[in-house]
Amino acid sequence: MPAAFPFSAIVGQTEMKHALTLAAVDPSIGGVLVFGDRGTGKSTAVRSLAALLPPIVIAKGSAYNTPPKDGEESETVPTPVVDLPLGATEDRVVGALDLERALTRGEKAFEPGLLARAHRGFLYIDEVNLLEDHIVDLLLDVAASGENVVEREGLSVRHAARFVLVGSGNPEEGELRPQLLDRFGLSVEVASPRDIDDRVEVIRRRDAFDRAPEAFLRKWASADAQHRKLILTARKRLARVTVPDTALASCAELCIALGSDGLRGELTLMRTARALAALEGAPEVTVAHLRAIAPSAMRHRLRRDPLDEAGSGARVDRALAEVFAA
Amino acid sequence: MTPGGAAWADAALAAALLAIDPSLGGACLRVRTGPAQAAWLDLYRRLDPERTVLRLPPGIGDERLFGGLDLAATLASGKPVMTEGLLRSGGARAMILPMAERASAGLAARLAVALDAGCGATLTLLDEGADDAEFAPAALTDRLAFLPRLDAVRMADLTEGVCVEDVRRARALLGRVETPPEAYENFVKVAVTLGILSMRAPLLALAAARAAIALAGETRMNEAAAILAARLVLGPRAKCLPETPPEEDMEEPEEPSAPDDRPDTGEETDPPDPNMGRIPEEILLEAARAAIPPDIIARLLGRQAFAAQSARTSGAGDERKSRAKGRPAGSVRGRLTDGGQLDLVETLRAAAPWQPLRRREGTGDRVIVLSDDFRIKRSKQRTEKVLIFAVDASGSTALSRLAETKGAVELMLGQAYVERQQVALIAFRGTGAEVLLPPTRSLVLTKRRLASLPGGGGTPLAAGLNSALELARSARSRGMTPYLALLTDGKANIALDGAPGRTQAETDVLRLARLVSSEGLAATVIDTGNRPTPAARVLADTMGATYLPLPRADARALAGAMTSALAGG
Repeated sequence: MPAAFPFSAIVGQTEMKHALTLAAVDPSIGGVLVFGDRGTGKSTAVRSLAALLPPIVIAKGSAYNTPPKDGEESETVPTPVVDLPLGATEDRVVGALDLERALTRGEKAFEPGLLARAHRGFLYIDEVNLLEDHIVDLLLDVAASGENVVEREGLSVRHAARFVLVGSGNPEEGELRPQLLDRFGLSVEVASPRDIDDRVEVIRRRDAFDRAPEAFLRKWASADAQHRKLILTARKRLARVTVPDTALASCAELCIALGSDGLRGELTLMRTARALAALEGAPEVTVAHLRAIAPSAMRHRLRRDPLDEAGSGARVDRALAEVFAA
Repeated sequence: MTPGGAAWADAALAAALLAIDPSLGGACLRVRTGPAQAAWLDLYRRLDPERTVLRLPPGIGDERLFGGLDLAATLASGKPVMTEGLLRSGGARAMILPMAERASAGLAARLAVALDAGCGATLTLLDEGADDAEFAPAALTDRLAFLPRLDAVRMADLTEGVCVEDVRRARALLGRVETPPEAYENFVKVAVTLGILSMRAPLLALAAARAAIALAGETRMNEAAAILAARLVLGPRAKCLPETPPEEDMEEPEEPSAPDDRPDTGEETDPPDPNMGRIPEEILLEAARAAIPPDIIARLLGRQAFAAQSARTSGAGDERKSRAKGRPAGSVRGRLTDGGQLDLVETLRAAAPWQPLRRREGTGDRVIVLSDDFRIKRSKQRTEKVLIFAVDASGSTALSRLAETKGAVELMLGQAYVERQQVALIAFRGTGAEVLLPPTRSLVLTKRRLASLPGGGGTPLAAGLNSALELARSARSRGMTPYLALLTDGKANIALDGAPGRTQAETDVLRLARLVSSEGLAATVIDTGNRPTPAARVLADTMGATYLPLPRADARALAGAMTSALAGG
């Protein structure tokens, strides 16, 4: 696997980088959905972020990325990024009985799937809108519960599967069912940069990276290290950030103003704002935090109005102005 | 040189550049199987002889791609036989994917991941698409530098070009080729002017230019190489004609605003922006322009049709191809109580490998099938609705109520979106009908198409009905349930064959209307006349359709009425 492009060297795409960072601070935010055209650096950003995170320590040889128990031998592996290809079977995703061992030794052994490999890392699905519904359902279920339960051949396997789910896709090729949209924590829309200078800079950096990866990585190493420190510090701070009742009330008001049903919206708003507060080193969640994250947290939860030409981002802005006017 | 000769010379150069720098990804050859295709593949093989050629079967599955257990061999020998994955087994490979225009989105995504992971392989797509609706998956073509079209190439054009020694020399030189800072800017600007939004295109052009310089035995970027790269890499990707200002291109790249300008008439135009008019870019743009396919607009529309199609066929998993078509439909693990239909063969396949183990534990020597093995066909789980809008865009409607008609369609689209129905759009005006959008679930696409629908001309109602019937039949053959919403004032004046004349036109319309009724196509006629017209009423009765006059300036009431009509029918 070739080295990943440095996260800090990605030109622009602020909202996407921010959403991914917040999800890395608090994986319980529930995944990020990235919609945009081809070649806008969606997969680059995901891989970059994972490469920037510190390696994880696992029990030696663990196929489930479990942390070592006391006295157990351990090894360090990079934060996993697992690609989930379209058309992956359920068996490949959740795991299945190991056929080889069943045939050769007559034993029932569980062969972990992609979910086990993604534990404590990222699960990336390109073209998520083309993925079979039953697989998406399954992924979202596991992502929400943090646990994968498989029953096969009288064998019951239960293992932790906590990962940041990142889906990307091109809306022109078909849309995601609203029920699924709603279950992603954050959503961002990306486009390739409009500004010629930015575009030139993208090409220049990419080319420099492709031609001499080591030198390029060295150049950006300190910026990446800084970002890593930011995420790690925020993770530690997260538990200490308080969410005042007024902020919770604002979350609820915002959801009502946007006509988003269910508690999922409120919960995501609260968690994301808290992650942002932790990133910024603030002791408690403020209106400013909510304002900053509301577009990503709410954009995909609006009921689709085909007559409203304004993008969903504009509608969130309008609701923000209303709710926080006072 | 003949057009075919020029096309071949460029394609041959592309093969050489790819042999020099495999990071160019590969090529997508758009041509029917034949000597030109064979000659290109042969040339590439000769220029890069170390590469193992690997032809991927079109319907290749995960086990062949990534490796896995060979079930047949395993059962025969009693011990596991693993197959090596084609993507996993290392080494420099030249992958060839025949019938790329039919590759599934899933296969495309997997190959794209393999290309991105830097597996060192190149990919050649053989795009044998017959018409403008069939193209190799964009997820792959976006990653391949060269998109030569070889349909004009004749036998006499197939000349020898570069030889393998040139390629070897160039490879040794490639690492030393310099890239002046302006080169980045040039390629980016030309790409933007051509409406190419993907950031991969200018990168690939840059790499192609470097390979061309190495091929020429130099290490300095020069104009000739840049021109070649613009022509080979950027031209075929153009999303709009370079006459349009770049700012607008960024907004709506898929909708070329210069409708029928032929790009190859060679008419001189000013560069779009005086600040950008520095010499090299103009030249590069000119070079790229020469390579823009003449049928660009049709191609662009085709691409969108393809996009819509791929969304449809591999979409939400609630729709399966009919078994008669022979594509592997796949079945899913499930319980019989779910009301699904048991896929016996798949169930037995799932049970087969476990037999020794189960026999040891259980009793008897019969085949032991457990509920775990049950495989359920997915086709019966849910049938999809497709709502076909046939919109009268003739002069009589255009004058009075086209805008209102569009409004009504938009409202119904909203409803269709909520219910996850697919929609298709047919417009008829002038002398015939046109399918503006094959069945799709993309609201964005439908709204865009609808907004740009022009009005005027005669009322070829018969042609409109005919198109709707055809679309409905093909939707049925794919297991979907079609509904027709016909928006017209019923005043037909163009016959099915395009000839004017009210009498023949009306006869044709009634004949087709009876077909709608006899084929049991559920329909609603929405009268868009200024006041309810008898003709539309008669049409609705003949079709066995619900009749709704379009209420004046009250599209919402109409959408409500339409929804209840559909729900009842």
